[in-house]
Amino acid sequence: MKEIVVLSGKGGTGKTTVLASFAALAENSVLCDCDVDAPNLHLLLAPQAEEAHEFYGLQMAHIDSGACNECGLCVDVCRFEAIDDLRVDPMVCEGCGLCARVCPLDAISMRDTLAGHWYVSNTNYGPLVHARLQAAQENSGKLVMAVRKRARELAQETDTALILSDGPPGIGCPVISSLSGAGLALIVTEPSLSGIHDMERVLGLCRHFSVRPLVCINKYDLSDENSRRIEAHCRDIGVEAVGRIPFDPDVNRAIVLGRPIVETSNGAASREIEALWETIATCPVP
Amino acid sequence: MILSVASGKGGTGKTLVATSLALSLEGQMPVQLLDCDVEEPNAHILLRPQLDSSEPVTAPVPEVDKGTCTYCGLCSEVCAYNAIAVAGRTVIVFRELCHGCGACSYVCPAEAISEVGREVGTIESGRVSGIRFVAGRLNIGEAMAGPVIRALKKLADPRAAVILDASPGTSCPVVETIRGSDFCLLVTEPTPFGLSDLTIAIEVAREINVPCGVVINRDGAGNDGVEHHCAQEGIPVLMRIPFDRRIAEAYCRGETLAAAMPSWQHGFRELFDRVRGLAAVGSVS
Repeated sequence: MKEIVVLSGKGGTGKTTVLASFAALAENSVLCDCDVDAPNLHLLLAPQAEEAHEFYGLQMAHIDSGACNECGLCVDVCRFEAIDDLRVDPMVCEGCGLCARVCPLDAISMRDTLAGHWYVSNTNYGPLVHARLQAAQENSGKLVMAVRKRARELAQETDTALILSDGPPGIGCPVISSLSGAGLALIVTEPSLSGIHDMERVLGLCRHFSVRPLVCINKYDLSDENSRRIEAHCRDIGVEAVGRIPFDPDVNRAIVLGRPIVETSNGAASREIEALWETIATCPVP
Repeated sequence: MILSVASGKGGTGKTLVATSLALSLEGQMPVQLLDCDVEEPNAHILLRPQLDSSEPVTAPVPEVDKGTCTYCGLCSEVCAYNAIAVAGRTVIVFRELCHGCGACSYVCPAEAISEVGREVGTIESGRVSGIRFVAGRLNIGEAMAGPVIRALKKLADPRAAVILDASPGTSCPVVETIRGSDFCLLVTEPTPFGLSDLTIAIEVAREINVPCGVVINRDGAGNDGVEHHCAQEGIPVLMRIPFDRRIAEAYCRGETLAAAMPSWQHGFRELFDRVRGLAAVGSVS
């Protein structure tokens, strides 16, 4: 089974535009949106929800004020300063449970909290596993794991050899969960100094987790000079630069239409993404 | 005054707005910019500060004294993060999973657990003309941005206009950044992607009681869904930055809007005045 994840480091470089087109171009694949706190892939693939599942994150402390004698021990032991005025701030509590353990009156209980939902949906391009973390919830990494696990199961059940995953920006917990164990990471970057800086950090993460990266430059013509720098840098570190997508207003038009750009446009960006898919699809993946 | 700049969707122009505000306010009042996007900090690229210090950020992790440990396994039992495991006469600490809550050392009956600081990132400080600049940087391979953001926010100067540049998304690092701000500017783009993520970001700001307003970047490049949503939700649209290839090209070279097109500085000063007014109203209501 081939699992390809699209990452970028910097946000807004075009991950979802590229991945949705891959979904349309691939013959047969399971699709996976690993960006669970700001998911967008569903906006291009018109999913019909088949299954919805609740996702529980870490537990949260709850103080029973009737049983509490206000000794304040919980406040003293909480490293996260989550207890103020003998109330637990659910935004701050990290669910360690130390307060519940030390409370001499057993007035604190740890409760499960609904942190989001994950879904399996049908699309014209194959099944899509996606999720939505509730606003301001923790543990997006764990939810990403749940989404990837289901995508793998589906691929196995349906005898599908390819999983295409849209990853989140950054290099932290949800990115690590999206990347570790994947077969190939396509890094979509842009020719800005910020894009280059962030690409270098996400390439570092690929090295750290031993996942082979490929790089593609989106909106490359916004700075030919920086695009050449990116390609030179990739050569220096032995990473293959596999695509150059030009800046093209058709990208936003496709987003407004809610469809993959390869279906709505024959323009320059669309054609480059098709060529990029040819390269990626034939790339050996462990 | 603490003003955070967030977005939901990535790449909408948070850092462009945060750095442009800092440049436009400089000379009018003390200004401090804290780059809280510790996974992918970029503000230094646009401001080019003279850095004068770099300090490690550490998070506490347990260290088990093998001589004293009785291998009772209580530490592993209490750990909510599965960060410590006892197998036979071995204790394994998974340092990346540890949240540093201290539960294991607190409960250890043999007092065999002490805590040591583990470096998870760095904080770099410096200056660019009148702006005091501080940025956090998470080490590659580290999962949790929280300790770096918390260390960064402790350096906020209450006498200055403090601008916090948040990471994209709507989960813990963003909440950690904007919590306690007097106001949050949400920078978005007028596309269904921008709208979808903005909708979640507004929920987050409301959830933690931070008043917010919207900056629409690349105005004209999509549709009017964002405008409609803001009108419906009663969220003010405080600035519109037009879709202009020259702005994108300048950004590629590492030039922020207020530097590449200084005529924008007046608009950013006005933006700050409006934000200050709205924050005052927000704190009363």
